[in-house]
Amino acid sequence: MASITLNHLVKKYGDGFPAVNDVSIDIADGEFIILVGPSGCGKSTLLRMIVGLEDITDGDLLIDGNRVNDKAPRDRNLAMVFQNYALYPHLTVYENIAFPLRLAKGKHSDEEVDRLVTEAASTLELTDHLQRKPANLSGGQRQRVAMGRAIVRQADAFLFDEPLSNLDAKLRGQMRSEISQMQRRLGVTSVYVTHDQTEAMTLGDRVAVLKKGELQQIASPRELYEQPRNLFVAGFIGSPSMNFLPATIEGNVLRTALGDIAIPAEKAAKAAGKKVVLVGVRPEFFEDAKLVEDSKRGHGSTFRATLSHTEWLGNEQYGYINFDPAPEVRELLNNLAREMDADELRPQIVVTLDAASRIRGGREAEIWLDTRKLHLFDPETGDNLTRDEAAGAALTEEANQERAEEIANAQGDGHSTASGFSSSNSGGAPAGASAGGSSRGGATAAGGKHTAG
Amino acid sequence: MTSTRSKVLWGIVSVLVAVYALFPVASILATSFKAPSDLTNQKFLPSPGQATTGNYEQILVGDAQGLFLTALRNSIGICLIATFIAVVLATLCAYAIARLDFPGKKLVLTTALAVSIFPVISIVTPLFNLWRSIGLYDTWPGLIIPYLSLTLPISIWTLAAFFRQIPWELEQAAQVDGATTWQAFRKAIVPLAAPGVFTTAIIAFFIAWNDFVYGISLTSTEAARPVPAALAFFTGASQFEEPTGAISAAAIIVTIPVVVLVLAFQRQIVSGLTQGAVKG
Repeated sequence: MASITLNHLVKKYGDGFPAVNDVSIDIADGEFIILVGPSGCGKSTLLRMIVGLEDITDGDLLIDGNRVNDKAPRDRNLAMVFQNYALYPHLTVYENIAFPLRLAKGKHSDEEVDRLVTEAASTLELTDHLQRKPANLSGGQRQRVAMGRAIVRQADAFLFDEPLSNLDAKLRGQMRSEISQMQRRLGVTSVYVTHDQTEAMTLGDRVAVLKKGELQQIASPRELYEQPRNLFVAGFIGSPSMNFLPATIEGNVLRTALGDIAIPAEKAAKAAGKKVVLVGVRPEFFEDAKLVEDSKRGHGSTFRATLSHTEWLGNEQYGYINFDPAPEVRELLNNLAREMDADELRPQIVVTLDAASRIRGGREAEIWLDTRKLHLFDPETGDNLTRDEAAGAALTEEANQERAEEIANAQGDGHSTASGFSSSNSGGAPAGASAGGSSRGGATAAGGKHTAG
Repeated sequence: MTSTRSKVLWGIVSVLVAVYALFPVASILATSFKAPSDLTNQKFLPSPGQATTGNYEQILVGDAQGLFLTALRNSIGICLIATFIAVVLATLCAYAIARLDFPGKKLVLTTALAVSIFPVISIVTPLFNLWRSIGLYDTWPGLIIPYLSLTLPISIWTLAAFFRQIPWELEQAAQVDGATTWQAFRKAIVPLAAPGVFTTAIIAFFIAWNDFVYGISLTSTEAARPVPAALAFFTGASQFEEPTGAISAAAIIVTIPVVVLVLAFQRQIVSGLTQGAVKG
């Protein structure tokens, strides 16, 4: 267990291009950090710098306060799960999992290796497959073997490099929750690279959004969603993504292509002095005006628009409104789309409507918009003008407390249910002294195993 | 059924190719059992009742024994040493070429290619003079060194291609798991590269084993003369007899190690061992 500190990390390749540019992150002990961003944003490079497979051009990397920039990967005591699993094809599942233990010569007796491997295998439900070769396993099983190799050796931190991207959608969901539960049970610091939003939002205590090697924002998923720092984060997080609507401000009224929208005075005040702003509206802020409860109606404003078509999904429906932005704004929207890995952004607004709504494409309808939640962005700098720092920080603090509770619960469960994989520090014994410290049943105190090993 | 038809078609083609390739071998085999007086019988097989193992006796226990057995010993020794050195050097070289980015990488590969397409015959005469003046003429090293020039380029090229197929992540995973660079190479890469190394070794061995030009030009006595060269020195029982039968018998015997090698390492030369290392 360890904390990891990235202190102004820079990675430059031979041609001087900075793949990672001045990234600073403090990762607390036991925290689950997600690195997310479009392809080429440097997230994998950053992970490989932490594990030691890429040199660090500038800045410091600290693990538990010790600078490890110049240490070889094997001296950092980190475990990594690779995107393509990187299993050793000539070894059985058993030997694959035992590989790190066998490398640490003399540290583990054969019985101890056997015990640790069997435990890891039973945690990951691999017991029946121990004598098989990786080639004969399914994708999900291979993925679990790769994780077995990581958990068997009580590493200081786990690093995941897009571990689920090779699995099909159903399995991905299942493995996602397994990883999440395992991380809580072990209480181990984890850094996880992904380009998948769902993984980022569901797994992470905090999510770091990267663009072109630069850290855009690091915060809890909720803060990223509700209080994004800039246009990029706002557009990247959320699916369907946030709508950006160019507007001019006159007093408390936004003049947009959809019509005039009255907004709360304090929001308008923050954008004072800007001629043009981009209004960021999440699809679910919209609603069919007929279906809005009276108590809520006053918090928003309504406008009339013609939907081009709708998509009914059962629990809700999406409606699409086309609009024609001014040429200079169109250019800006296209740039934004390119940064986010998308094709040209179509000048289109996506609205989420209640499943019961009778609004259909081609007919003009009245739509209600919750103006409390919308954000205003400076089109030149991309900054969020209406970001509420305090509210955001509160959300992240909340997530921190939840994490502590979840870890405590998960580790408590490991003892009571007598079936989980409990980590050595759950028994109150000093952590990490031996690579053992995990027991099926958890009834044996971890401290007892220290003496055994 | 198209599948049965194509199977039959493939079978016919395979048989034709096999007959075409094996006919000379069969012919030599048949000839090796002909008595000297029977050599001119203008038939494929020895005349009825005249088949003899005399040729084999002659080269293994008879007059030509000294000539053949020492040559066989020379051939085996020289080729094994040359193969071993070539494979070890080529493994290290190919690994560096596949994994590392260093200046002159292209140069190494193109030089290797250039050497391998250089006509052997044009280098033999200068080599003959050089070897005589520095005392390598008619010695084992005098043949091992030229054989390396034949076997190294092809070994480097085959192995480099093979190493490139092995996912680099395996090595990195091993390093993260606690291995040194050398351990990662030995425990994760070498076991995977073994089939490639064996294949390369066998190819290299055949190249050295089949060489004639260096063998006849750079040796003068039984001290280093390999089998292909020694065959040319066979004589009949008298000056009026052709040594064809004995040469055929010797040719059959030198083919045996090649067949044995392929059969022995057949299991190692399986492709697809890397399957399962990474996703599909």
